[in-house]
Amino acid sequence: MSLQHYLIVSAILFVISMAGIFVNRRNVLVVLMSIELMLLAVNTNLVAFSKYLDDVQGQVFVFFILTVAAAEAAIGLAILVVLFRNKKTLEVKEIKELEG
Amino acid sequence: MIISPELFQQIIFYVFATLTVGSAMAVVSVKNTIYSALFLVLCFFNTAILWMLIEAEFLAITLVLVYVGAVMVLFLFVVMMLDIKQAKASQLKQSYTKAALLIAAAMLVELLMLFGYKLSGQIPVNELVRQEQGYSNVAEVGMELFTRYVYPFEIAAVILLVAIVAAIMLTMRKREGNKQMDAAKQININPAERMRVVSMPAEKGQSQINRQNNGEDS
Repeated sequence: MSLQHYLIVSAILFVISMAGIFVNRRNVLVVLMSIELMLLAVNTNLVAFSKYLDDVQGQVFVFFILTVAAAEAAIGLAILVVLFRNKKTLEVKEIKELEG
Repeated sequence: MIISPELFQQIIFYVFATLTVGSAMAVVSVKNTIYSALFLVLCFFNTAILWMLIEAEFLAITLVLVYVGAVMVLFLFVVMMLDIKQAKASQLKQSYTKAALLIAAAMLVELLMLFGYKLSGQIPVNELVRQEQGYSNVAEVGMELFTRYVYPFEIAAVILLVAIVAAIMLTMRKREGNKQMDAAKQININPAERMRVVSMPAEKGQSQINRQNNGEDS
């Protein structure tokens, strides 16, 4: 195992989650989950670089990313709940009030 | 036959990397939202093991505690609380799928080429620095976090506080008939508004009523 192995795994994860955002027209929840997956891929990159270069700062940065991602997930889900209350749907197709 | 530690690590890496990628694919392709949330939990667990393999123990455990323990439980709560109708299969077959797969494949090829050829000289090839016995990853991260990064650490705490307030404010709603205390109203109460003294004739006792009824029957 080298650094490259980890980079390739996280690249595959990132691409899968990006495809998930494009493919998904069912509901916004899965789009949020895809964003979480993306953050996970980025974190894996940071952890791998931090360990292979023997520099702990990368791990500190991952810690902050985890904190902000948790806050983002909480607020995103709150917005989603309010959206569902108002529109009674979570389908991406139906939510188009802001389209130009 | 004895498996060498290096080979064993490689086997573990490939097994859990495959599981990670497979469960990530399941997250984006499974129809039921609850299943995709559960597959996301599986993906987080496998990634935590991958992190554990390169001795990032603190973050691996944090990932399981914070993500699986808090964020994913929140996701599951929301999935189960909202009454999401399952989309029909006909709606899913759209032209977006092909475009998305095309974009994803192109991006994957580009990334792999980047790692394989373009940056092959620049990516550090040094082996993982194995720490000696008694080394604590938690202590090292903690030292850095509480000395050099103490100010960002406090900002992160404030961000979490803001997130709590924002989430509560967004989802709170005033409902009709909601029993709620109003301190000002409680203090300013006038006893005359609450209690009314009524003068009325005294009630008769139960035995008297019984006797009256018996007399009517006979």
